[in-house]
Amino acid sequence: MTFAIAAPAANTAMIVTASLLGVFAALRLADVVPNRRFSFRIGPVSALIQSRVIVIGVAGLILAGTLLVIGLIVGDFPIGAWDALGEAFWARGGEFDFIVNTLRFPRVTVAILAGMCLGMSGAIFQALINNPLVSPDIIGVNTGAAVFAVLVLATGKNIGLLPVAAFGGALGAAAIIYLLAWKRGVSGSRLVLVGVGVQALLGAVITFITVRFPIERIAAAARWQAGSLFGVSWEDARTLTIGLLLLTPAAFVLTQRLRLLQLGDEAAAGLGIHVERDRLALIAVASGLAAVAVAVTGPLGFVALLVPHMVRLMVGQLTGGTLLLTAVGGGAFLLSADLIAQRLFAPTSLPAGVVTGAIGGPYFLFLLARYNRAL
Amino acid sequence: MHSESDAPTLSTEDLTLSYGGPNIVTKLGIVIPPGEITAIIGANGCGKSTLLRAMARLLRPVSGAVILDGEAINEQPTKAVARRLGLLPQAPRAPEGVIVSDLVRRGRYPHQKVFQQWSPRDEEACERAMRLTDMLKFEERPVDELSGGQRQRAWIAMALAQDTPLMLLDEPTTYLDIAHQIDVLELLKQLNANEGRTIVMVLHDLNLASRYANHLVAVADGGIVAEGVPGEVITSEIVERVFGLPTVVIEDPVTGSPLCVPAIS
Repeated sequence: MTFAIAAPAANTAMIVTASLLGVFAALRLADVVPNRRFSFRIGPVSALIQSRVIVIGVAGLILAGTLLVIGLIVGDFPIGAWDALGEAFWARGGEFDFIVNTLRFPRVTVAILAGMCLGMSGAIFQALINNPLVSPDIIGVNTGAAVFAVLVLATGKNIGLLPVAAFGGALGAAAIIYLLAWKRGVSGSRLVLVGVGVQALLGAVITFITVRFPIERIAAAARWQAGSLFGVSWEDARTLTIGLLLLTPAAFVLTQRLRLLQLGDEAAAGLGIHVERDRLALIAVASGLAAVAVAVTGPLGFVALLVPHMVRLMVGQLTGGTLLLTAVGGGAFLLSADLIAQRLFAPTSLPAGVVTGAIGGPYFLFLLARYNRAL
Repeated sequence: MHSESDAPTLSTEDLTLSYGGPNIVTKLGIVIPPGEITAIIGANGCGKSTLLRAMARLLRPVSGAVILDGEAINEQPTKAVARRLGLLPQAPRAPEGVIVSDLVRRGRYPHQKVFQQWSPRDEEACERAMRLTDMLKFEERPVDELSGGQRQRAWIAMALAQDTPLMLLDEPTTYLDIAHQIDVLELLKQLNANEGRTIVMVLHDLNLASRYANHLVAVADGGIVAEGVPGEVITSEIVERVFGLPTVVIEDPVTGSPLCVPAIS
């Protein structure tokens, strides 16, 4: 293995090509595969499965797998695919151990896991508010996390507590917004409005902290707010895995009730769910998913907005199956964005949030134009 | 193919309802005749929709109770109630892009469990609900692309998939033209006649109510003014008391049911 010159342009081209191929393959599959539903029954276990969820899910997994391999081999120090895979999976402790197992493998893993969290969280919020333009940000998850993260970074004490503080801030803001929006129940539109108000307030708090503390510490805070996967470790991957293991089953079970809430509170209550209790549970689970991701990576815009929308476009309404598909899509999207962020201007690396924003922004405008009538 | 008892009983005892302000319904007692079509009629704001919501356990009474099969409805597990009593709210809205079969499937929730989401019975009930409402041909169509009448049929199909012996409907004919109003009411009449489902609905149109219901309940100021067969309830005295409108009641030339004509010229 020679010290080859890293080729940022070629790397970026490879990542973008793989991602675009994946997206176009999924879109094409959505076009040609009829969305047939077939019954899955083994003993008392039964479910209705959509053929497109399976087919597009496989395409998404292939894309994520391809990006994972790319993520292991490209970088300022390129490694051959076979060597990199060997180092990661079956021959650890070799020549490239540090680069693969300390730098790259944890980072691609964290990208996939955080993307899964954000994708599912967005799918739940969009269905709950019945609006394709919302994401977990509306409940203040990002701003709440930012207040505490910025405070920790600005004071420069207990930096190790950053993820915990961010997680607490995210859930704290969500709780405040939920409680303030409560008026004999919580309606989607009030949640959005109260969210805007509280976030303006929290934004002011962040600005206040920013002007009160030394500028060199504020630079770190600003970097955190851009959302980056720089320097993530297996520790972070473990945090995300625990979050996913706890929250995904809950999200899966609650999706069935969310599908009833979508029909309106009266119809949902008539079909036998506890409307307010289940809505609170859904908000808690979806906020939790987003909060875990934000705690590890900082706020990453548009993942939670764009992915659920694309899945709905390709497959249809929220079901347990499309929820899982959104997780796969979120993982692939964030991984792709983070790889582009690393390689586009290598050796300078961008925060991943810049790339998700650069892709998500135009997509959001497209959505806005498309749903103009409905707003 | 009702899952639970075939003759459900629904009644209210001294039912008092409010939304936190003044009482909307006061000490109201009503017994829904099983196996029949009951229509609740009354002026705007008289409390008839509130009464229906309470009977569907959507509103907790201030005092008194709604009794379903001998037990207070608010004391029973709500999912178990949903296997016996279905509700179609007024002007329900489906989320954008939901197709008819998806909407209908959601009606099966009370019969499902986490790992048992699509049993053969679920499949049969949905197929049957769409057949009875003539919705099979629209199975794959988004609900929001259907006409008003078809949309209402899709929702009724969802309520049918729920497969409850008792169905409560809040103004099922709102926003429909006369032909589609008749269409929906004929469908409900068939469901009642062929399947013995007990139907309770709030209706605005007196003449349609007296044509399609076997039992009328006239509500004014949160209390019952009269109840019974249409011939007894639709008289010009009672209609004037309920709506404050002088009317002449004649015989419907087609069905013989009472027909109410405003006596203002």
